[in-house]
Amino acid sequence: MSQIIQLLPQVLVDGLTLGFVYAVVAIGYTMVYGILELINFAHGDIFMTGSFVGAGVLFTVMSMGFMSSAPTMVLFMIMILVAALITGVMGVGIERVAYRPLRKRNAPKLIALITSIGISFILEDAVRFIADWTTGNYIITTRPLFQHKFTIDFHSVFPFFNNATFQGSFLVVSIVTIIMLISLDLFVSKTKWGIAMRAVAQDRETASLMSINVNRVISVTFFIGSALGGATGVLFLIQYGTVDPYIGFILGIKAFTAAVLGGIGNIRGAMFGGILLGLLEMFAAANLSTITHGAMGSEYKDVFAFIILILVLIFKPEGLFGKATIEKV
Amino acid sequence: MADTKTGETTAKHYLELSGVASFYGKIQALNGISLFVDQGEIVTLIGSNGAGKSTTLKSISGLVTPKTGSIHFEGKEITQNPAHINAALGIAQVPEGRRIFPRLTVRENLRIGAFLEKNKKVITERMERVFSFFPRLKERLDQQGGTMSGGEQQMLAMGRALMMKPKLLMLDEPSMGLAPIIVEQIFDIIQQMNQEGMTILLVEQNAFQALQIANRGYVIQTGDIVLEGPCQDLLSNQQVRSAYLA
Repeated sequence: MSQIIQLLPQVLVDGLTLGFVYAVVAIGYTMVYGILELINFAHGDIFMTGSFVGAGVLFTVMSMGFMSSAPTMVLFMIMILVAALITGVMGVGIERVAYRPLRKRNAPKLIALITSIGISFILEDAVRFIADWTTGNYIITTRPLFQHKFTIDFHSVFPFFNNATFQGSFLVVSIVTIIMLISLDLFVSKTKWGIAMRAVAQDRETASLMSINVNRVISVTFFIGSALGGATGVLFLIQYGTVDPYIGFILGIKAFTAAVLGGIGNIRGAMFGGILLGLLEMFAAANLSTITHGAMGSEYKDVFAFIILILVLIFKPEGLFGKATIEKV
Repeated sequence: MADTKTGETTAKHYLELSGVASFYGKIQALNGISLFVDQGEIVTLIGSNGAGKSTTLKSISGLVTPKTGSIHFEGKEITQNPAHINAALGIAQVPEGRRIFPRLTVRENLRIGAFLEKNKKVITERMERVFSFFPRLKERLDQQGGTMSGGEQQMLAMGRALMMKPKLLMLDEPSMGLAPIIVEQIFDIIQQMNQEGMTILLVEQNAFQALQIANRGYVIQTGDIVLEGPCQDLLSNQQVRSAYLA
């Protein structure tokens, strides 16, 4: 028991890092689901593409002599903005080319779901091809950008805790994520387009009677969700250093799980679900071996996280933040 | 796409439908109906369930695209326009069953009615005008739409449409499911709006009440207009009396 408590500060730091990544990717799933009732399986690969675009920008800038001495912060800003812009446009393009024609013909939702799985494969292989072709390897490792190490001295204040250590990238990931989460929340709750987005999600036909161009709102939704996902890909890259074209798959599934945990369609739910899932996963990774007396190692962390998910959904099938409003007809 | 037959080249009336046929999938809901509304009128369309009343409104607003026939508004052809374009032209439809946004607050529901309006001052003015018709909404501004009573939801749906500052207000069964006293209020307000210059197309199953406030009426039966005329005539028509006023 004391060992578990000792490790808590480190679990918190690592869990938050992972949880922030899940949270932002989960938002992309939940926004699209909220508006189209479509599980856009390609979203995890948008995230992956963002990380590769970030790496590409990094390599390109480094190879330009006059830019190679640019401050790390500037470099990082360029990476994240370019990745967000490109993945945002990609998201809009995918919706136009793949999902909108299906919607126009009133195709069953299952067809759109299968299509999104297809897009997911296309993205993985396209990125793999381009990375392999340009660098000779589809697994990309970049030099660490923010590798300064910090230690929080929990131990001297609370003797039952160990210290927590983290890299500078943890701070960057946290700050950027928090900025993204707060701006998105303000956008959705306060602005005219945010209200329009919620209106379209609740009743598409009536929204069009309010002179809202529903297709444009859907495009805006895909742009925002995909740009956030792509930017998070860059955060993932600077935090973990290595990316491959298949990271979007499992991470996407987990982010989708986080969205369901928080209540699919609910943006704040997705944020909370993502952070919770990250914390649970890291808690399991650090402690499973202790809890089970060595029978299970940290590789069972996903099982632990998903058991929690199933338990939550058994008792609260609509998710932690599911729609609680009573609707009168 | 459709072989649009336009009998006349120019429409004479504010809103004019000629030979409009509309389908839901393969089921024909309108068999080529013609009707018109002049500026400043209240026109009512009465008929029983499934006669095609809602389809008529949806064809005008653009939620349903007619296969044949034409629809003109203010002299312009709008037959093939999508709903958001027609709404921007000034055609507001208060849909059957109110269809307010349940998880938006009253304020947000009203705000979204004035989606195209950028000027904050204009939006505030319009909101004040809505409150002059429906003072109840002012007390409920931060409540979620879905938690209000049926009558309040009908008021919100009408207020939301007024936020568009429409030229033509189309109401689909505003009395549905409401207590008689509330229905009375709603009809008073419809008349009041009309006296302030609003052109209104009113669809109702509650034929007696609709015919009492309207100038002219149309009776629709399984996709065809079977009777039309001034409301006094329809009210005294034996066929109408036995079918809809009994």
